[in-house]
Amino acid sequence: MKTLRLIWMGWLFQFKQMRRSSFDSFLAILWPLFFATVAFFMFRQGGDPDALIYAGLGAAVMGIWTATSVAAGSALQRERWYGTLEILVAAPAHFSLILLPIGLATATIGLYCMVTTLLFGRIAFGIELGIQDPAAFAFAVLATLLSIGALGFLIAVAFARYRNAWALGAVSEYPVWLVCGFLVPLSFLPDWARPISWLLAPTWGMRAIRSAADGGSPWAEIGMCVLLGACYVALGVLVTNRVLRAARARASLALT
Amino acid sequence: MTTSLRIFFIGGLTAYRGLINWLSPWIFIPSLVVTPIFQILLFVYIGRAAGVGSDEFFVIGNAIQYASIPCIFSMTHAIAGERFQQTLAYLLVSPAGRLPIFLGRGLPVIVSAMFVAAFSLLVAGLIMRIDVPVSAWPAIGLVICVAAFACTGLGLITAAIGLRVRETAVLNNIIFGLLLIFTGANVPLEQMPGWMEAIGNSVPLTHAIEAARDLANGGSLGDVSRLLATEFLIGVAYTVVGYWALLFMEHESRKGASIQIA
Repeated sequence: MKTLRLIWMGWLFQFKQMRRSSFDSFLAILWPLFFATVAFFMFRQGGDPDALIYAGLGAAVMGIWTATSVAAGSALQRERWYGTLEILVAAPAHFSLILLPIGLATATIGLYCMVTTLLFGRIAFGIELGIQDPAAFAFAVLATLLSIGALGFLIAVAFARYRNAWALGAVSEYPVWLVCGFLVPLSFLPDWARPISWLLAPTWGMRAIRSAADGGSPWAEIGMCVLLGACYVALGVLVTNRVLRAARARASLALT
Repeated sequence: MTTSLRIFFIGGLTAYRGLINWLSPWIFIPSLVVTPIFQILLFVYIGRAAGVGSDEFFVIGNAIQYASIPCIFSMTHAIAGERFQQTLAYLLVSPAGRLPIFLGRGLPVIVSAMFVAAFSLLVAGLIMRIDVPVSAWPAIGLVICVAAFACTGLGLITAAIGLRVRETAVLNNIIFGLLLIFTGANVPLEQMPGWMEAIGNSVPLTHAIEAARDLANGGSLGDVSRLLATEFLIGVAYTVVGYWALLFMEHESRKGASIQIA
């Protein structure tokens, strides 16, 4: 119960804080819209209405990853700047319980992006998605959100030793958009890219969302998405322990 | 004259090296070497999925459009960064001419933007196996040079705004996003509504991208001279406006005693 409360309060605190940041909220919402606009123009130019709907859903989910990748990458560095990193590490709660809500909060900001992009596609380009199974769609979005949040958590701890982790987070933005099939069906990518996409939860989340929107059964994809998300959390906890042990041994947490 | 030239070249380079933390390999490689390649790949594959454009169209368009990242971000930080370092007031009370101080910082920015565009074009071109005649490369190099100059003019304007607003990163990202849409890097201007086409024709990079595509398709420098001249004139216009805006912001910040307020 204490753990859940810590995650909830951490999420609420981080979410409120990010909502006040124009970089983490306003730009995070606007940024995918630029790419969505270009993609919508391109698919409209192609003349296939189904492809435009495909892009409409993909562009909406792109925003969740955008909001997460940079913000999660720079999460620890931000705490360093605030001077709170050492205090958080020294707290009795496991450090991963403090970091996980950051990943979840960034992904929640992505929900704004998703809604904005869907509305933008509808208003500016007339993309009518017509979601066949709203309940399954909602579950698919939730699973995608949680798994991307978990991936954000893993990124946050993996880049803990880098001062400029935001750049490493940002560099993952386009590859994930591409490999997870947000805008381009995976069949267009080289064969070697497919196993990479299978290891990324957003791939399964995207499939689940598309399947729910089309009226198919998205549950297997939702299951894969949640399973991979759980693996990211488990891996993140292991990495956290290792990083903290090394930082304590070398007195290098502050990176000064 | 010698002093002004020293401030322009040596001062510009020193300020650039001191203020642009993106020169660290930990930022430079992911942000200016790897990311542009992935942006190109992203749009090449979207183009294939949508059944529009050729690989060459997207490789050239995005490689040159990505030059806007160093042009806008570095130019802004090379000037507005003085404020964050608390050194702007010292700079502005110095007797040095404003022209060499401000424009001198633009030269290293242009060089880095040229590197980013040329490297992206070369590497992504090799990955996607686009066929650009070897004879076209020097002319494309010239186009990239003019494009980098023109976009650095836009960077001067954002630098001036950066003397007043805090969130320069947000501003610069928005400018980059708008250039992605309006320069025709991925969508031909004629496919856009008239008002978007009009904007596209008045921003940096649009004409350079078109010129580079023409050159890659076998055109000569003479064939694209009009496009190149237009791009250059757009660059001059943006540079003049940017320089004027910097002087205006300096004047305003003196009046409001707000030079160091960040």
